[in-house]
Amino acid sequence: MKRVLLPLAVFLLIVGFLAVGLNLDPREVPSPLIGKAAPAFELPVLGQDGRRFLPTEMRGKVWLLNVWASWCVSCRDEHPVLVELSKKDLLPILGLNYKDNGEDAQRWLKQFGNPYQLSAVDADGRIGIDYGVYGVPETYLIDADGVIRFKQIGPLTPAVLERKVLPMAAALKK
Amino acid sequence: MTRTIGFVLVCLCFLVSGLKAQESSLQTQERTRQLEEKLRCLVCQNQTLADSNAELAGDLRKQVAEQMAAGKSDEQIIEYLTARYGDFVLYDPPFKLRTALLWVGPFALLALGAAALVLVLRRRRAAPEEAPLAPDEKRVVERVLGPAKGDGVPR
Repeated sequence: MKRVLLPLAVFLLIVGFLAVGLNLDPREVPSPLIGKAAPAFELPVLGQDGRRFLPTEMRGKVWLLNVWASWCVSCRDEHPVLVELSKKDLLPILGLNYKDNGEDAQRWLKQFGNPYQLSAVDADGRIGIDYGVYGVPETYLIDADGVIRFKQIGPLTPAVLERKVLPMAAALKK
Repeated sequence: MTRTIGFVLVCLCFLVSGLKAQESSLQTQERTRQLEEKLRCLVCQNQTLADSNAELAGDLRKQVAEQMAAGKSDEQIIEYLTARYGDFVLYDPPFKLRTALLWVGPFALLALGAAALVLVLRRRRAAPEEAPLAPDEKRVVERVLGPAKGDGVPR
């Protein structure tokens, strides 16, 4: 009996490790910024000459910062989800237009709809680096004190919104 | 004559300072390259920052170069990057509670294997040698093989 049990136990252990390990997505690098203050910046606003945006303007609100670009293919998949969310008016969505061409970006919003209150223009990607962006789209949930609470790497899906983002946002608003 | 010597000296000064400048820029280049080899590109994850052609890697290389030019130390630059991207950017992650399994795990497994080996070998050595044949077993053997010659030890 022992002859069978020990190899079986080892085998099951390996299966367990593989089951967990192979289901992890190596592309999802945990962000060290969770629980830290959202990095400060001051950037021009897309399509509004002379207007500049600072994240401190959003103090007191729970909001989403969505990093997007017109050249980003998965942003196109994500976009309807954001448009839908903006219609529900649950929480403000702001864009960070990452390394994009202003004209392309504006045309893109005209074509697919604009879910953003505004989009800050990060033309050289420097603020993106401060936020640890490495694969657009990425989305940050920022609380009333300006602390990053959650980061979604890759497109937001209805499932992620329902299960994670919206419940967290609702809890943070209290 | 003195004027010529003066001119030559001035030329030499320029030459030396020029060489020095080139040397220091070569050193910086070498330092930059060495640092970039230690950093992981986040887009193509099994390439270093130095090897990667991803756009983000280019931006990060630019950051490294700028900060190096600004006189930041390697540690400061590494801190800058880990504050944004986590320990994952390091090919040589630091030993912390979170990374303890990563560093200790293989050695622990090795020790476990060695312990198992020692245990098995000991048990094998401790096992009793085969007992000599009982008289009735001996009779059976003799019936089949014929009576033992001499003391029964084969020659």
